[in-house]
Amino acid sequence: METLETATRFAAALLLAPLLPGIVNRVKALFAGRKGRPTLQLYYDLAKLARKVPVYSRTTTWVFKAGPAAGLAAAVCALGVLPFGGRPGPLAFEGDFLFIIGLLAFSRFMTVLAALDTGSAFEGMGASREAQFAVFAEPALFLSLAALSRVTGEFSLAGMFLSLTPDSWRAAAPVLALVTAALFIVMLAENCRVPADDPDTHLELTMIHEVMVLDHGGPELAYVLYGASLKLWLFAALIAAAVLPRHSGSWLYDGAFFLAAMGGIAAAIGIAESAMARLRMLKVPYMLMGGLIFAALAMLFQTGR
Amino acid sequence: MNTFAELTIVLIILLNMAMSVSGSLASCIRLAAAQGVAAGLLPLMAAGGAHGRAVAFAAFIIALKGLVFPWLMLRARELTGARKEIDPLIGYPASITLCLAAFAASAWLGSRLPLPEGGVAYIVPASLATIFTGFLLITTRVKAITQVVGYLVVENGVYIFGLALFVEQPLMVEMAILLDVFVAVFVMGIAIFHISREFDHIDTDALSQLSDWRRGEEG
Repeated sequence: METLETATRFAAALLLAPLLPGIVNRVKALFAGRKGRPTLQLYYDLAKLARKVPVYSRTTTWVFKAGPAAGLAAAVCALGVLPFGGRPGPLAFEGDFLFIIGLLAFSRFMTVLAALDTGSAFEGMGASREAQFAVFAEPALFLSLAALSRVTGEFSLAGMFLSLTPDSWRAAAPVLALVTAALFIVMLAENCRVPADDPDTHLELTMIHEVMVLDHGGPELAYVLYGASLKLWLFAALIAAAVLPRHSGSWLYDGAFFLAAMGGIAAAIGIAESAMARLRMLKVPYMLMGGLIFAALAMLFQTGR
Repeated sequence: MNTFAELTIVLIILLNMAMSVSGSLASCIRLAAAQGVAAGLLPLMAAGGAHGRAVAFAAFIIALKGLVFPWLMLRARELTGARKEIDPLIGYPASITLCLAAFAASAWLGSRLPLPEGGVAYIVPASLATIFTGFLLITTRVKAITQVVGYLVVENGVYIFGLALFVEQPLMVEMAILLDVFVAVFVMGIAIFHISREFDHIDTDALSQLSDWRRGEEG
């Protein structure tokens, strides 16, 4: 019975992840007064791409083909560690918050390698930007999770989020508020959302992530898109667990509450994107530095507590 | 209530960081004003006693720091035409790193100072970090108005430090400090205006080259 529940939660996360970008787009369309894309658009896109036959450039090697698959595999693996509605994932173990950061770094590394493998200067530029922003985003993520670990005294994500209760907000409100802010900034940057990168733009001077995956087509582009939605799910779940620590006995209730929180975070991203303009490329490291500062302050507050 | 006081302290520290990276003079003045207001609200939340005298005093401080000072400084900015960017002597990343390091050092120092146990955590590190940010603004910015802002930030830090020592400020002491600051801002406003009328700018860096030795050197 326990196995079945875990499997259901894992499958639900895998199935529902492409819904989040749909919600973000709906909210943006609502703000702009447009009709907007259907909420399930990403599912249609994935189905369409899966039927296509990929085309490879003659300059590429196996690295180019391995990139999207490795990125997707890392994302699925990270999702296996991630708690769903306060319950541990199927792969959860002690110290797994480091594992998740490592998986994200690995997936970024493989994407960057695949982009460099095409030999195109354009994709190399995107790869360089991605690596540059990661310099700030990764320590911010690491410090946020480390501060959460200090608050709760646990070393696994499931343990951390289980011991976060409304009482921890009463006791450690500054730390949790700072961690939430840091995670939100990192989420916006890592998922190419508006202040850092525009997911809809196709101007070569403004793209970061989009530019690296230009040469992928067919099922491999589907891997990339699906992996990106899993990554968005992962960050949203981290924020949901930190902002709304709430546990009851029934996992059905917890799960429903968690899904509602995920929808709320997707809506928050949509609102942030509608309210803000894209930052200049030179200013993006400053924003990420802000996230890093938030995380560092959270850690400082926690250590002196 | 301590939760709100702690969140206010976080806000004060974040305002320090924001001031150390803000590029425009007006936003820097407004951030300092916001910090003054947050600091003024702090005793109401920390002591838990929002009785008549404390409320009246807080209202006076907030009005002075949140309305009068920014108004005076924004007016000085208008009159001197110093609307350009602040152009700091050190870069913004270096400024914010120094600010963060200052907070870390203050946290270490605050844990070692023999102070009466206040109800709110982090009041001493926050005040020391605020004072340091004020000095940073004074030393690394070239415009005279920014240096006045730095002076105000130092005053905010001193005020917060006072909260750590006494749950409630001795009214006379605080009044005296406020009066000093008020006069200082007033005088500086006039001085800045005169400097700018004499020399067409308020760049304090250039003031060090006004003396006679340079003329002697060249001639």
